[in-house]
Amino acid sequence: MTDRPRLAVIGAGPAGLAATLAAAAAGVRVALVDSAPEAGGQFYRQPAPGLGARRPQALHHGWRTWRRLREGLGRQITAGRVTHLTDHHVWYVERHSAGFTVHALLGPLQEDGVTVDADAVVLATGGYEKVLPFPGWTLPGVVTAGGAQALLKGGLVLPGRTAVVAGTGPLLLPVATGLAAAGAHVAALVESADPKALVRRSRALASLPVKLAEGAGYAARLLRHRVPVLARHTVVEAHGDERLDAVTVAALDAEGRVRPGTRRRIACDTLAVGHGMLPHTDLAATLGCRLDGVAVRVDDEQRTDVPGVWAAGEATGIGGADLALAEGHIAGRSAAARLTGRQPDPRTWAGAARSRAALRGFFAALDSVYAPPAHWAEQLTDDTLICRCEEVPVHAVRTAVGELGAGDVRTVKLLTRAGMGWCQGRMCGPAVAALTGCPQTPARTPFARPVPLGVLAGQAPDTQTGPPPPDNPPDGKDPHDD
Amino acid sequence: MRGERNMNPLKLTDARPGPAFTVTLDGREITALPGQTVAAALWAAGVTSWRGTRGAGRPRGVFCGIGVCFDCLVSLNGRPNQRACLVPVRPGDAIRTQEGTGHDD
Ligand SMILES: Cc1cc2nc3c(=O)[nH]c(=O)nc-3n(C[C@H](O)[C@H](O)[C@H](O)COP(=O)(O)OP(=O)(O)OC[C@H]3O[C@@H](n4cnc5c(N)ncnc54)[C@H](O)[C@@H]3O)c2cc1C
Ligand code: FES
Repeated sequence: MTDRPRLAVIGAGPAGLAATLAAAAAGVRVALVDSAPEAGGQFYRQPAPGLGARRPQALHHGWRTWRRLREGLGRQITAGRVTHLTDHHVWYVERHSAGFTVHALLGPLQEDGVTVDADAVVLATGGYEKVLPFPGWTLPGVVTAGGAQALLKGGLVLPGRTAVVAGTGPLLLPVATGLAAAGAHVAALVESADPKALVRRSRALASLPVKLAEGAGYAARLLRHRVPVLARHTVVEAHGDERLDAVTVAALDAEGRVRPGTRRRIACDTLAVGHGMLPHTDLAATLGCRLDGVAVRVDDEQRTDVPGVWAAGEATGIGGADLALAEGHIAGRSAAARLTGRQPDPRTWAGAARSRAALRGFFAALDSVYAPPAHWAEQLTDDTLICRCEEVPVHAVRTAVGELGAGDVRTVKLLTRAGMGWCQGRMCGPAVAALTGCPQTPARTPFARPVPLGVLAGQAPDTQTGPPPPDNPPDGKDPHDD
Repeated sequence: MRGERNMNPLKLTDARPGPAFTVTLDGREITALPGQTVAAALWAAGVTSWRGTRGAGRPRGVFCGIGVCFDCLVSLNGRPNQRACLVPVRPGDAIRTQEGTGHDD
């Protein structure tokens, strides 16, 4: 395919795949640009082909939908309407008078750059997991819940033999059942939310019977694998010297404080922990798209406020794979119509719009139930690291806020280096904001990936041996810091 | 409260991997399967940390599992700062624990 694609879709998860197929079906040429070696994103992450899995669906839900997406993608690639650019890490999307140029780094090493030109863009970059700190959270063996799931689905490996799955949110259910099905002993599922809160929201939740059935399915699997569920509990500490060997859990009171006398130790070599998800917004932010809190703001057609830029899936707010599919479909339809000079007709995506409305309502209700314990920060000790990259302890942030009077995340960052490391504040951002007493804002990064200087300078990097160390990242600094 | 008896992810998914091959971690031989990332191969070998932090020299390994946190940095065939959760393992790879920045400074 030599013709320039009209539409670049960034991200090949449920949202990006649905957008690609909807646009291609309307006759638009699409470049599907994704950092992974295989399509699927997080939800449909596939085992590497070299592993020869004959029954990958054993680790999946919604396999029929995945097959439909995968076959559709295959057909559109064969027909020459879709180019699937795998192993392309997009670090910047440039908007100019002739359209858009997508800048990507190639392969896992991410040293060489390529560009893709397009007339319009769909941002379907998904999200990443949020984890609030607690003593011991930097020990090897403590992983994000989604990370454990990603290595299981993609690499067919377990992090250890005995796992505790903890935190809050719907993601903990597939992770606990997935680990158990794959042979791990799941010693406990520790959820800080109150089941009574679920009952209080039952009207809103019951509006989607499919989702209730899904929940019941998980409950049955937890029972089958005999996974003890500790609701209204939290992990207060992870123990170990060179690696995790146990966690201490405790019950929470109605205010979200640890109840005295309820602490107990559970031996485990793995803690899969998560406190919800955060959208990837860096590409949207550098394009100048308006954000709503921590998510990309979109209209009914999934358009951002920057002409020619659509967004779909978890980049626009957390709501799971089905919502990502509906939003992606609408984005693809809308973009295809506008690229071919037609006024989009919302009647052509009425079904997807209905799902979208129902799922957004459902997840808003879930979101009000699944929240980290209100007083989680009381468990932090002075020497708990808040910023994993720069090894900034909690007391440094507390000193910056208390004695030095820092009133915002940026000042705390300048005083403590929290958020200045490799991950550019993606991991510590929520906790630093909370300790500073500020609302959470998206991590502000000039580029979505660390970019070798040679690529930035627009030439083939011949002497560069990977991104420079974090002491000297080309883009590690917030542009607002200078 | 056992996990499935004798179950493992390869068995669950009825996997027939291509031939296993050898790589080294700090000179020690480890068996890896084709398609696995460096992190997956190390986990399969029972290794969960392969980096010492720049400040306190504390051990780290996988945290986010998807390339976002940079905790899993490793030295691969002489190149420091590779994300073990993203890079596929290849026959003969020399994986080294990364201390600090991974550069001799
Ligand atoms: C680690 C992890 C594991 C998860 N596992 C599950 C699970 O097992 N079950 C479940 O119900 N939900 C899971 N989730 C929630 C999941 O995010 C949603 O269910 C669903 O995958 C969202 O779809 P999406 O299309 O919006 O984004 P995603 O599925 O996240 O897809 C986004 C895609 O964009 C790519 N991408 C992002 N940024 C760039 C860039 N700059 N350049 C190029 N490509 C880029 C990513 O590699 C990814 O392939 C998981 C989330 C995470 C973070
Ligand atoms: S584990 Fe987070 S980047 Fe590899």
